[in-house]
Amino acid sequence: MRISVLAIVVGMFAVTYLSRALPLVTLSRRQMPLRLKTWLVYVGPAVLAALAAQSILVSGGKLALGKENVYLIASVPTIIVAARTKGLLLPVVVGVGCVMILRAMGVAG
Amino acid sequence: MARTREKGQGGGNRSLAAFARGARLAVPVVMGYAPVGLAYGVIARQSGLSPAEAVLMSVLVYAGSAQFIACGLISSGAAAAGVVGTTLLVNLRHVLYSMSLLPRVRHLSQSLLALVAFGITDETYGVAIGAFPPDERADWREVAGLNLVSYAAWVATSLGGAVLGERVGDGARLGMDFALPAMFIGLLVMQLRNRIAVLVAGVAGVVAVAVAASPFDRWATVIATVVAASVGTVLEATGRGGASGNPSQGDGRPSAGPGRAAGRLRD
Repeated sequence: MRISVLAIVVGMFAVTYLSRALPLVTLSRRQMPLRLKTWLVYVGPAVLAALAAQSILVSGGKLALGKENVYLIASVPTIIVAARTKGLLLPVVVGVGCVMILRAMGVAG
Repeated sequence: MARTREKGQGGGNRSLAAFARGARLAVPVVMGYAPVGLAYGVIARQSGLSPAEAVLMSVLVYAGSAQFIACGLISSGAAAAGVVGTTLLVNLRHVLYSMSLLPRVRHLSQSLLALVAFGITDETYGVAIGAFPPDERADWREVAGLNLVSYAAWVATSLGGAVLGERVGDGARLGMDFALPAMFIGLLVMQLRNRIAVLVAGVAGVVAVAVAASPFDRWATVIATVVAASVGTVLEATGRGGASGNPSQGDGRPSAGPGRAAGRLRD
């Protein structure tokens, strides 16, 4: 167990637990400002889009848009399946399967 | 806790039956967690975490998407503060869940609420709002059954994946490294409720990629999220974007407003 990882995990625990517990334990009668509520709702799509875009489009600190980017190609069927099923398992299986096939076919990356 | 223990001993069979009812509520949650937990364990190993580190994260953090994100960030050498800051942003939505559950569990003691809070996830929240009517006091033993079984499933499948992860070998050949981006796509699509949300996602994606290619790359996710969520808030406040599913349209009552907002996050 590395100390650096332990510190990260404990920090993650602290911020996650506080976001779960603070309203339940302390804010029983107070109301959240409307703007803050709105902001919190948009944090969801914002953070996930930021992560998806980076993991698919950025490779080694550079933008990768060429056809050797198998992630980019596999994203297309993954998005279609995700939009249709609204679940997690099927898009992941389809995406992983696409990358496996593309690599077996000799597409680089 | 003393009070709850007395209750439990008082009505032994009835407590067990209530716990079992809660455990049955957890069945769809367990089915949902199993593949994701396994995938997490495998990805954590391939991100360079030891089995103990991978399982400890599941035990303490217990938040799927944040754990996947942390794996990606840790393997890319992100700053610890960046990982924790990103986790905070990703998990802020729990504030909404927590507020929305409040009317159902307000009658419980503070210490019991502190325990119930730990079990709040996208999935257990979704089950809880369906199973426990908002104007009734939820039986804490049912809540405990739901939360404990779900939590146990998450930790157990993470452990399974972390052990399996050593035997998968060359995960890239099997395309396993794409499980994380694919999971982000799936989670993102679930969040695209209205036009503003789609716009917010677009802004976040562009800003994230731009910052990721700059010297501030470690903060790309945090910066993109803050900018895009703020853009969405402003757009909604000024009434642009034609949001039919206006996520913050509450009626001013603390019990109903956040509940609806959070409901739209996932329904």
